[in-house]
Parts: sequence; structure tokens; C-alpha cells
Amino acid sequence: MENLVEIKDVNFAYDVRPVLKGINMTVPRGKIVAIMGLSGCGKTTILRMIAGVLRPKTGTVKVAGRVMHQLDHEALYAMRRKMGMLYQFGALFTDLSAFDNVAFQMREHTSLPEPMIQDLVMMKLHAVGLRGAQHMMPSELSGGMARRVALARAIALDPTLIMYDEPFTGLDPISMGVISNLTRSLNDALGATSIIVTHDVQESLKIVDYVYFMSDGMVVAQGTPDDIRNSKAPFVHQFVWGEMDGPMPFHYPGAPYAADLELEGARA
Amino acid sequence: MDRTVLDAWVGIFVVVGIAALFILALKVSNSGTTFSTGETYRITAEFDNIGGLKVRAPVKSSGVVVGRVSEIQFDSKKFVARVILTLDKRYEFPKDTSVSILTSGLLGEQYIGLEAGGDTAMLKDGDSLKLTQSAVVLEKLIGQFLYNKAAEGGTTK
Amino acid sequence: MKGLRGIGNHVVGGVWRLGYATRFFLVTLLRSATSFRRFRGLTFREIYFAGVLSLIIIIVSGLFVGMVLALQGYETLQRYGSSEAVGTLVALSLVRELGPVVAALLFASRAGSAMTAEIGLMKATEQISAMEMMAVDPIARVIGPRFWGGVISMPLLAAIFSAMGVFGGYLIAVVLIGVDEGAFWSQMQNAVDFREDIVNGVIKSVVFGVAVTAISLFEGYDAPPTAEGVSRATTRTVVTSSLAILGLDFILTAFMFKGV
Repeated sequence: MENLVEIKDVNFAYDVRPVLKGINMTVPRGKIVAIMGLSGCGKTTILRMIAGVLRPKTGTVKVAGRVMHQLDHEALYAMRRKMGMLYQFGALFTDLSAFDNVAFQMREHTSLPEPMIQDLVMMKLHAVGLRGAQHMMPSELSGGMARRVALARAIALDPTLIMYDEPFTGLDPISMGVISNLTRSLNDALGATSIIVTHDVQESLKIVDYVYFMSDGMVVAQGTPDDIRNSKAPFVHQFVWGEMDGPMPFHYPGAPYAADLELEGARA
Repeated sequence: MDRTVLDAWVGIFVVVGIAALFILALKVSNSGTTFSTGETYRITAEFDNIGGLKVRAPVKSSGVVVGRVSEIQFDSKKFVARVILTLDKRYEFPKDTSVSILTSGLLGEQYIGLEAGGDTAMLKDGDSLKLTQSAVVLEKLIGQFLYNKAAEGGTTK
Repeated sequence: MKGLRGIGNHVVGGVWRLGYATRFFLVTLLRSATSFRRFRGLTFREIYFAGVLSLIIIIVSGLFVGMVLALQGYETLQRYGSSEAVGTLVALSLVRELGPVVAALLFASRAGSAMTAEIGLMKATEQISAMEMMAVDPIARVIGPRFWGGVISMPLLAAIFSAMGVFGGYLIAVVLIGVDEGAFWSQMQNAVDFREDIVNGVIKSVVFGVAVTAISLFEGYDAPPTAEGVSRATTRTVVTSSLAILGLDFILTAFMFKGV
């Protein structure tokens, strides 16, 4: 099976703080791949690199066989038109209605006549079940609805690659289930490829085909959802089962407890 | 907000703004009454002393503003002040027009007064006026007055 | 030593930000084609937000400033028996200085801060980066129309301010105090020159419009994507714009009216 996204030996640092240290990943066409890990371990940075917003210090990020950071402005924008991205909190344009949000890319990038845009937007909104909310403004939508409108917007131009940045954060269980099922069904219906960045293990393990586990800028484990569930690796075990203490300690490194409480000889 | 309502407001705003500019141009400033945008010609006049005359001071003839002072220079060969006047094309003056520096009121601003002569030839762009009368300097006037008084006193004694 | 390093960091940071802001401004200018190609679709909306919504405050302030000028001017001028010159005083102060400057200050605090907050929030909620992901250039689509909307609105607002001010002066001097109406207008027209005063005033307001809008948009675009970052950026917009207006006003005045 051909790989849509290939990440090879990527290193990256914000200023001097290293974020990614020698990442290797592949995303096969038609699959849903999850990237999991703790907050701040560099997951979102990978998405931004795939989109060509950031460029790696060393290594390459290839999408559909093309190295993203070597593309010029035109080619980069042409690539991005084939990508859809769902942001953590939807990132809907607050001054546009749900309908206009979904229509945004069609109006910016195509010269389709307005009646056709109308039909296409209705189809996208229908796919996420929000045809009835077309006239609502983002401020009137609930969190789950906003996320669904944002999903409709992400698939507006039928992208080949859909990226999800923490799609389950802050959602109630029902909305969460709706979003995760939509992720699977839209991916299969559109023949697209999806990358999900998340730390919601249980929800995402249900729908994805392959998982990369990241910690501290490195891939520490990978495999199918079943591999992950049964993993004996201590970090993965702690993460999947949400244990309080383990390789990732509960206590942030600090002075000895006794010293902070000024007990035993701390005054000496 | 409805598209057409928004457009209407923007339209009203632009119209009011441009109207305000027109009011400023026509009602508040002198553009409607004088030459500043029209055709002009330049005349040079030399004075021994221009007193407090400033650039942009009005040039009047019979009390009507016919132009403005556009430049003031000092001629270091002849040691006189050279004043360049910009006059409206609509107003023509004979060659032997006399020019003087006058004061509006006792302490008001100084302006240039033109008094037409009898020549049939008219002034052209770049001409210079020969008959000039310098500004009256108050200190000199008082000095002269005192001197005359003293001289009078001397003779009568 | 530490304090010295702090000052050094501040200076380097300031110079870096100035360079970044200049580049941002130039890029905005270069990518303005969208703002004009879709003038009715995009820029109209921004003229509405920057211009129309500032109308009330501009009209009311202009009226009051003109009225105060007339009252104060009359008090002083009548001692020298030249109360008719109150029209000259009101009109000259307004078209040369107060119109462009006060209108720009009001514009900065009304429209400029709103622009900063809006852009900052768009950034904080990832709308800007979402737009970039959709292969839509946020500079061309979001910043450009706001910039031109502000630049177009500012001179019109300044003109409305001055006109309202002159009207306010007229109300006080002629209607209330009873200065001769003919003398009021004729003295004003004699003293105010179209090119020297009105055109220079318009030039000033255009320069202020460019400065305030560019500062507001840059502060919004550069704001840290947090609630605190946005609120700080909004404050900085008002402070920086006000200083820029007054500084530029001094420079422009020195160039324009040096002969008088």
C-alpha cells in the first residue's frame, strides 16, 4: 500500500528547546492513523509540519511524494487545498454563519455559481447532521455542533488528507461518539486519509487503524489498536489505563518534601 | 447584519465625509473666492525694508485681495529685500503700478498694496515693479519725530 | 550588570519588533490586490466597522470641541476687540491640528482597539491558522481589507470632525454670543487657505489613518494567542497609536507650516 505521508528523521526545535527528536512515521493511503502522547510532546507540531506551516530542522516531510518544505508559496497552497484540518475548538470564523463557514473555501478557491455552492454546502452539512443549523452563528452553536460544522468545513473541498487536532477535547460523551464515528465514516466515504492527534485513548482506539505513541519528542511505541491495548511497555500501559504514577511521575521534580516543609534540619 | 443595510450605511458615511470636505473647501477656506487654484503670474518688487511682512501675506488693490506674497529673499548685492508676488491672472496692472507695504489697523498684520499707474502696457509674468515704498517701521517713525522735535526746539531758542 | 542586560534585551527586542512590523506593513501593501478586487465584498464591511461605527463619537466630539474653542477664543479675543476673529481661530485650529489629531486619537481608541481585539481573538481561536490551512492568505483576506477600510475612513472622519467643529463654533459664536455672521465667515475664509490648510489637514489625516490602522493590525496579529495577550495588545494599540499620532503630527507640521 502506498504511503500518503512519510516523515523521515525529523528534528525540530522552537528556538533552542528541542521538540521533535528523530521522528519516523508513515501514513498509508485510506487509513486513519492516531498520534498519541501527553500534552506538549510535539504532536501538533507534526501536523503543522505536514501542512507546511513549520519546516523541520533536519529530515523531510513528504506528502504525496513531495517534500513540503521545498515547495514554493504557490505549490504549497495548492497542496493545502487537498488537506482539511479540524482544530481543537473548531476555529470557526466567528463573523460568518455556519453556512458561510462551510462555503468559505468554495468561494475563495472556486468560481462555482452560488446555487451550486448552496447544494454542496447542504450536502456537507447534511453529512454532519446540521443542515438545520445553517443560519446559526458560531456563538449560537454548542461545542459539539461547532466541532461538526468545523468538520463539514474541513471536508468542504473533498480533501485527500484530513487532519484532526485534538478533536475530542472538551466534548460530552455523546458528541464525542458522534465526532469519532463521523471521522471513520467520512474517511471511508471520501476515500480520504486521516491523521488524528489526540490524548483521548479509549475513544480513538475504537476507530483508528494504527497508532504512534510519542513521548518527549520521540516515537516510543507504535502498532495497531490491539497491540497498544496489550502493550507491556510501562509508559504505554500507564497512558492507556490512565494510571497516576508510573514512568511519568506524579510529582513534578522539586526539592525534597521534607525540605519544603522546613522539617528536620532545614533550618540548619 | 444585512448586506444591503451595511452597504447603505457605508454609502451614507462616504457621502457625508465628502460633503464635509466640500464644506471645508468652499465655506471655510478661501478657495472659492481667490486664485489659489487658478491661473497666476509672478511679479518681483524690491524694498529697502519690508518690516514684518511674511510669506502668504495678502496683496491688495483698493482693498480687494488680488494675490499673495509667495517668496521673500534678500539680495546680497544691492542689499535690498526682494519680494515675489503671485497675482491672479484675472487682475492686470499697468507697468508703472506703485507698490507699498501697508499695515491693517495700527498694529495689525502687514500686507502689500498696489496702486495702478497710467501706463498702457500691462505687467507680464516675471516683470519687476520699480516704484516701491518700504514698510513704515514704528521705531524709525518715533525716532524721526523726536529728532524733529529736538531740531525745532533748537531753532526756536 | 543584570539591569544593563535587561536594557540591552529591551533595545534589541524593540528593534526586532520594529523590523517585523515594517515587514508586516510592506507585505500587507503588496498583497492588497484582494482588497480592491473584492472591494464591495470585503472592504465595504471594514469601512462600516472602522468608519460608520465611529461616526457618532466623531460627530459629538467635533461639535463639542468646536463649541469649546469658540467660547475660549471669544473670551480672549474680545479683550482685544477682535471678537470676529473667533471664526478664524476655530477654523484654523480645527483644520490644521485638532481635526486630524483628535479624530485620529478617537479613531485609535474606537476602531483601532476593536481591530486589534478582533484580529487577536481570531488568532487565539486559531481562525487565522485555519485560514492559512485552507490555502487562503490571511494577510490578503483579513488584514488587507481592514487596512484599506481604515485608511479610507480616517480622512473622511477627520473632515466630518472639522466640519462639525466649525458648525459648533458657529453655534456658539454667532447664534449664542451674537458675533456678526458675515464677519465670522469672511474672516474665516480670508485666513484659511485651501491648499495650505485644508489639503495639508487631509494629508495629515491620511498619514494618521495609515499609522493607526497599521499599528492596530500589527498588534493584533502579533498578540500572544491568550486572553491576557489580546487585552495587552489592545492597550498597546491605543498607547502606541496615540504616541505615533502626536509624533507624526509634530514632524508633519514642521514640514508643512515652516514658512509661516
